[in-house]
This record gives sequence, C-alpha cells and structure tokens, in this order.
Amino acid sequence: MKYDILLCGVGGQGILTIGHVVGEMARRAGWRVKQPEVHGMAQRGGAVEAHVRLSEAPVHSDLIPRGGADLIVAMEPLEALRHLPLLAPDGWVITATESVRNCAGYPESAALLAELDALPHKVLLPVADLARQAGSPRGANMVLLGALSTRLSFPEAAYGAAIRDLFGRKGDAVVQANLAAFAAGRAAAV
Amino acid sequence: MSFDTRLLLGDEAVAQGALDAGISGCYAYPGTPSTEIMEFIQRCPERRERPLHAQWSVNEKTAMEAGLGMSYAGRRALVCMKHVGLNVAADAFVNAAVTGTHGGLVVVAADDPSMHSSQNEQDSRFYAKFALLPCLEPGNQQEAYEMTVYGLALSEKLRLPVLLRLTTRLAHSRADVRPGPRRAPNELSMPDNERRFVLLPAIARRNYAALVARQPELLQAALADGFNAFRPGPNRALGILAAGPAVNYLHESFPRGICPHPVLKISQYPVPPELLRQLLDSCDQLLVLEDGMPLLEEFLNGPLGDPRIRGRLSGQLPRTGELTPDTVAAALGRPVRPSRPASELVMARPPRLCDGCPHIESYKALQEVLAGTPAARVFADIGCYTLGALPPFEAIHSCVDMGASISMAKGAADAGLHPAVAVIGDSTFTHSGMTSLLDAVCENTRMTVFILDNGTTGMTGGQESAAAGRLDSLVAGLGVPAAKIQVITPLPQQHAANVAALRQAIFNTDGLAVVIARRECIQTAKIHKK
Repeated sequence: MKYDILLCGVGGQGILTIGHVVGEMARRAGWRVKQPEVHGMAQRGGAVEAHVRLSEAPVHSDLIPRGGADLIVAMEPLEALRHLPLLAPDGWVITATESVRNCAGYPESAALLAELDALPHKVLLPVADLARQAGSPRGANMVLLGALSTRLSFPEAAYGAAIRDLFGRKGDAVVQANLAAFAAGRAAAV
Repeated sequence: MSFDTRLLLGDEAVAQGALDAGISGCYAYPGTPSTEIMEFIQRCPERRERPLHAQWSVNEKTAMEAGLGMSYAGRRALVCMKHVGLNVAADAFVNAAVTGTHGGLVVVAADDPSMHSSQNEQDSRFYAKFALLPCLEPGNQQEAYEMTVYGLALSEKLRLPVLLRLTTRLAHSRADVRPGPRRAPNELSMPDNERRFVLLPAIARRNYAALVARQPELLQAALADGFNAFRPGPNRALGILAAGPAVNYLHESFPRGICPHPVLKISQYPVPPELLRQLLDSCDQLLVLEDGMPLLEEFLNGPLGDPRIRGRLSGQLPRTGELTPDTVAAALGRPVRPSRPASELVMARPPRLCDGCPHIESYKALQEVLAGTPAARVFADIGCYTLGALPPFEAIHSCVDMGASISMAKGAADAGLHPAVAVIGDSTFTHSGMTSLLDAVCENTRMTVFILDNGTTGMTGGQESAAAGRLDSLVAGLGVPAAKIQVITPLPQQHAANVAALRQAIFNTDGLAVVIARRECIQTAKIHKK
C-alpha cells in the first residue's frame, strides 16, 4: 500500500501542518515516509507545496513523479489546478473552494471551480465556512485533513492522537477546536 | 521500526548526527536551505545537559573561523551555511585544509540547484576538490545522519576539515530516520603540532605539500568506508553513475526500485578511479546522474570528450536546474506515465511582502522621493526587501550578494551616478555591509545608505540579528557623523516625515548619508505578542 499526496496552498495556510500530521501518523503505523517541503522565501504569500509520500515499502524519490499522485490536497483552488500534471489518471483532488487573490490577473472563481468540478474524482469544500461552523475559525486546514482522511486507510483514532500530540502544548481548547474541525471535514467529504 | 525512528528533515538529520557524534558547538549564519540545522541544535534537549555553542555567527566566514578555533582546542564542531555562504567563508575554508584540524570539523554547505531561494546554483563539491578535502554527499536522510557522524570521525582521523554537501531537496525533505548511539564530546586539548596553524610561507609550503601527499588516504577512505558502492547489473548496454540523492530518482524509475543496469553510487569524494574503471568496464555507455553542476561527467569526459559518457553535457539531462524523477526517467528512456496537461488558468504566484511589513512603508517613501529623478538608482541586497523588485514597487535595480548594495552604490557614485541609494537590511549590514560602509566613510562618497532595520533576519524565518540594539552605534562607530544619521519609523502615519528625511539625505547632504528605518518585522512581532 502507498499514498502519494501533493499538498498545496498559499504561504501561511497551514499546508505543512497537514503534512506533519499525516506523515507522523504513517510513521507510527510503521510506514516509510518522505516529505519534501517548500521553506524560505516562497512562504511569504507565495505558492507552497509539500509532497507527502507514504508507503509500506521503502520510498525512493523525495518528489512525486508526474502522473503519480494519488491525491492532490489543496487549501486554495488555483493551487489545486497548478499541480494537475502530477495527478495520476484515477487520482483524487480534494480542495478548498475559497480563493486567495494575492496575485495580478487571478482568474474568475466560476472558471476555476468549473475546471475542478469537471475532474472525475474530486471533493470541493468551503473549508473556511466549515471551520467557522465547527467553532474553529483557524482550523480550515484541519477541515481539509478530515476530508483527506476519508481517502486513506488509517483509523480515525490515529488522526486524533496525532492532532493531540501536535497541538497539546497549546492547551486543551486548541486541541478540541482542531478535532472539531477535523470531524467537520470528515463528515462533509463522506 | 516505528518506535525508534523520528521524522527529520535532511537538515535535522545532520544536526542530530552532529549532536550524537559529540559536537561541542555549531557555528552558522542563516541561509536557505541550511537554516534548520542550527535551529534544530538550538532546540535540542542536549543543550540543557552540557555546554553546547549554538548561537548564530555574524557571517559564514566568522562561523568557519570559530569552528576551526573550536577544533584547534580539541573539541568537535559543525559549521553550516548555504552554498553561496561558502564563498564568504572560502578564505578560511581553503586555508583550514592547509592548517589541518584537531577536534573533528564538518562544514555543511547546502546547495540550491534550481535556485529556489538563491542567486546561483554553484556546486560545493568543486570547493572540496579545490581545497583538496574530502566531500560527503548523502543520498537520503538516514545517510545525512550517518555521514555526519562518519564525517566528524573521518575529520579526526585525517586531521582535515570534511565538507558535507546537501541539496535543497534533501535538506528540506522529511523522512523516518533511525538515530544511532551517542559519543561523548572531546575534552579541551591542544593540537600535537601547534606550528602547523601558523601559515607563514615556510610552514604553509610544508603543510600544503603534505596535504597533496596525503590525497591517497582520502581516496582510500572513499574506497573502503562503504558510502561508495558498485552493484553489477545484467543490462550492460548502459551503466549508471549516480551521485548522492540522484540514486533515488534512478530507483524510482524502475518497478520495485530494481535497476537492471550496473550502478556506481557515489557519496564520498574524491572518487576512487578503480570504482570508475569497474563501472566503465562493465558497460558500453555511461549515464551520469548528479545534482548541481556536471562535475563527475566533466571529469569522465576529459578535455577531449568521450562519446560513451552521457548526462547534462550531452543533452540527455537538462544542463541547469535540479534533477527530478521525470528528467531522470526520460534520460533512462523509461515509458512516460499518462498525465493531465497543465491548466491554462494557472499563473505564477510569487512571494510578496507581508501585509503590515515595515519595508512597504520604506519603499513607499523612497519611491515618492525619487519619483521625479529618473537618473536615480537603488542598489538593494539579499533579504525580504529584495521583493521590492516585484510589483507593485519595482523599486530596486540590483540584488547581487550580501553587502553588495553599499559597495555597488559607492562604485556607481564614484562613476558619477547621482542619486545612488543602497538599500540593505540590518542583518545583511552586519554580515557584509559594515566594511562596505567604511569604504564610503573613508571617501565621504556622495550616496545614501538606507538601512531597513526590522530587528531580525526576516527571510529565513526570524533569527536574531547581530545588529539588534547596536545598529546606530555601529554606524556611528564606523565614522558616519551623527548629523548625517537619521532614524525614521516606517509607519503609514509617519509617511510625510519619512519622505522629508530621505529627501534630506539624498538631495541635501554633503557626501555620505545614512537613514535607518526601524520597526520590527511583522512576523516576529506576532510571535513576541503571543
């Protein structure tokens, strides 16, 4: 079993946090992990991506080959489209529908969403709305993680444990908010 | 397996390796993709258990020299920098090969092929060859850990610095790493022969001849110590030479990672000729996979070229940019996987200055002052403020290397250009701008130095700046008269005053003027507020 996941979004959206949770969970399950991330200047509001490669067998390349991603998981719809050449023909796209318009000539939302909606396997979610409704306005990335979890074979409890470990030092309220956001994403994607 | 592994970036694996190998100090200046090595050491629990130097240095040269000093005193040290930082440290690095070392000394240079966050894609392996030193190039995160441990031991055995080369892809990729046992740090001790550190020509000549004479020992280590390996394969039409992480893309190209060709994996330099001979004798043609510049390929080709050798120079692989699983698969002639074309809606999303960033106000004021003066040129430097080159500002005319803003503005002013303005951050100023400013002070050059003091090394994530709390006295101490130093606050409500101050400096000052724009980085301010 293996999952090649392309995580993407805009600097500051919490993309790398999703990667940490999934990678750590896979490691605890005894899987092998490779996870290259964008650090440095690009994080200043630029396009950010992480390749998350999880496998029961050793992982060779840090980067996912073109046409090899089982999933594209995006915090922003234009970023989801950016990485389509990486997606395997039967791969899934799980994306937030809310745009971050911080570059000149950003396309019309309707056109973006129509192109994403035309894909054979996709989940399009208003993650910021869902996070607010779940009482976790800063947990949009955890909503997306919840949606992603429906496509992976790891048990639901494993995500909870990983989220508790990641946010534990920030106190129980933060943990509970993130767990609620995760649950909202999971429910919305099923 | 899951319980004794940790997910570590390549950078962090190097840091953990150095800690477990018993270093007594790390010396570094922040630079993508090397920054996380020092940051990991600063956070490590070992710091509560024993003395362990983990403060940022003012630049890579002082870091390299301090590392050599710690080695002189018998203790193990790690020195870290990005590839262009090795240019800054090169004087000390190359001469440290001539003095030799005492305590283990590993110098990490993190290269950035594809220039994700850099100004060039120079290949640090050339520096090791140039200095006649061993170079290690780990292929994955586990090797990054193991080769750091090994590198410190090799350094103590050879009594030479060892260069460890990383590339962005490995430095910034996480994987499960299994740490090994811990070694105790060294006690303080003096070198066997202290005269070898005195590089008077008579001594340097002797040392250098000895360094040359010892090259067979470096080759022997690269042959015997297990990081270079030849593996035969049934398909001898093509052999593969894969350096460092390139071997991962090779294995990715074949089902279950089984490559049918003979493969020589290189992770330690200088490369023993017998391994190259073994590979060449076992194949008709040879494909060289190496990240960065075509160092091995050029070596194998020789000056006259060899039609059997394929790689970046022969066009099988792109001459520039990092390797990818796709370019390597194509060079191997592997079938292309079906994939979707890029969407036509996609456009670039470059990084930008953060909302509320003080540099925005600094550039707004500067642009207003220079608006009616098309002859004005703004020489900028390395930092977040380089983003002032992009819309909406497009306010700067150069960005070359650390400190070049001030020196280039001076040279342009010497040539008669007016107004010549240098824009430099506080941390870049202490890194390499102070000596440039002294040149301008000595001649009272007609130019303005605009120091954007956000109190931190912003672009690499907010490391402490050596200028913090002492920038004004540094500028004054270099000889700029108090009347020619102005301090402004880059806030929207201060705009008119800031414009007036810059106008005074640029148009109404006899010779050199310095304006310091002081307001904390919005990112570190958020962290401090919490």
